[in-house]
Amino acid sequence: MTGGELIIDSATGVDVRLRVAGPGGRAYAFLIDWHIRVILAVGWYAAAAMIYNGRFSLRTPDGMDSSWLGAVVAPPICIYLLYHVVLEPLMRGRSPGKRFARIRIVTRSGGRAPGAALLVRNIFRLIDSLPLFYTIGFVMTLITQRRQRIGDYAAGTLLVYETLAATDPAAVDDTTASSEAAEIASELLQRWERLRPQARRELAWQLLARQRRSGAPTAEVLPASADDGALRVAVEHLLHGARS
Amino acid sequence: MSDASREQALRLAMMRRANAWRAAAARAQRLGAGRAVDLADAMQAVDDYRNLAHDLSAARRLMPTSRAREYLESAYSMAHATLHRSASHPLAALRTLFRDEIPRTVYGMRWQILWVTVLFVSAAVAGYALIAAHPDVIGLFASPDMIARVERGELWTEGLLNIAPSSVLSARIFTNNIVVSLTSFCVGILFGLGTFYMVGLNGLMLGAVFAFTAQHGLAGRLFQFVVAHGCVEISVLCLSGAAGAAVGEALIRPGESSRAQAFQAASLKAAKLLALCVALLVGCGLIEGYVSPNPDFPLWTRIVVGLGYWTLMLALLRGWLFART
Repeated sequence: MTGGELIIDSATGVDVRLRVAGPGGRAYAFLIDWHIRVILAVGWYAAAAMIYNGRFSLRTPDGMDSSWLGAVVAPPICIYLLYHVVLEPLMRGRSPGKRFARIRIVTRSGGRAPGAALLVRNIFRLIDSLPLFYTIGFVMTLITQRRQRIGDYAAGTLLVYETLAATDPAAVDDTTASSEAAEIASELLQRWERLRPQARRELAWQLLARQRRSGAPTAEVLPASADDGALRVAVEHLLHGARS
Repeated sequence: MSDASREQALRLAMMRRANAWRAAAARAQRLGAGRAVDLADAMQAVDDYRNLAHDLSAARRLMPTSRAREYLESAYSMAHATLHRSASHPLAALRTLFRDEIPRTVYGMRWQILWVTVLFVSAAVAGYALIAAHPDVIGLFASPDMIARVERGELWTEGLLNIAPSSVLSARIFTNNIVVSLTSFCVGILFGLGTFYMVGLNGLMLGAVFAFTAQHGLAGRLFQFVVAHGCVEISVLCLSGAAGAAVGEALIRPGESSRAQAFQAASLKAAKLLALCVALLVGCGLIEGYVSPNPDFPLWTRIVVGLGYWTLMLALLRGWLFART
């Protein structure tokens, strides 16, 4: 972990880097979620109360009534209280607000948070939300290195950005030429003068043959008698293929 | 050929693979959602992962501030998460939870469960002794309305069904109990002190109320009201208290791990137990709403319900219901 990044070792030797979401991103997602659950809860209550009363009225019945509780009162309470508990496991560490803010919950190893971790994270909202408006949780995300609230500490989770759609690279030509071949060509050209003529010719022929086998349009067909200079030009052409 | 020119050529060569990155990202996304087309599709994800790693490594060197590098970082992390996630078998996981994990957790917490139970019982005895010796301090534990009703010779639980229907009572009771139970776990973060305070206070209140009703000849009726749901309810309070105590202990004595690691391990272990506690409390709420306040149920029925539910709880905690074949 360095600065705002979570760095995870990988079997390929290339580490995985995830940008940790700070208090801003977290608060943004929370506010969206809060509005969604309030709107859903209030909407349900209003609609169910009007259906229950049979007219455009939110009046509560005089006495306690099971059907009023079951159909009008209980569902909004469940929506409000169980929103995160139910949606986060179902949406694989996201909620609608988190999806909108492009953040998700991951474990410290960058993997998907298991159900138990998501449950613990949500149970500790009881503490993080104290004394009002998630003050403890917010302060924790300001002062901790990984921007974690107490629930995240308990569950071993953190929030990271997922920026795939936002950073889609510009559309470019679709060819079968590989960047690997270009790298080899680059290396070969860099060492061209230092290599023995026979060695560089062999390497150049191997590279061009490999490109021909892969069907790349940048691979030229040279006569077997092609001299050193012609081979170098062909390799340069291979490297610069994208420009032509 | 200059270095700059060569690097520019490499950058362009790499960008020609953008469509392959998109395909790899889409595949990782699809597989991450558990939707593989076939085996070859899944196997292709492994190649994608390797290719993305290769391209990302080059992108970090050649164009560290580009959008392409950002895209590759995301696609690579997605492929990494997809390949490294464990298989999901919810039913098998549930079975393992009840058969192995909960019993193991309960065994691991046996000392905390014992000491928290001792604390609860001691507090109840202390509460009883306090009110038996000083009846005038009952105001610390009971509301003026409760005191007035007991002094008139009736329990506050009588006629509950005239005030609210069973379903309303049940919902209100189990919601309250779940909040108390989860709070007594969470406040374990105060090095266990918060949990001890909550468990002790609940024990004191129970003992005090029993002593007060006994002084007015109502203890038998209170026992009759409590026995059906109380056995499990009190046990669950002790269990969640033990989970909170385990969290507190992890913070006080983290052992070889750091405090954060010990706190996380204790919390995750406790979560499995708490899930069961919440389910048991819903059952307690239903009993307390439908059975306990209903005068039609005789004492023996209440005892059978109470002991039966407690035995079920014990069976769940020990994994007897899902024993290995």
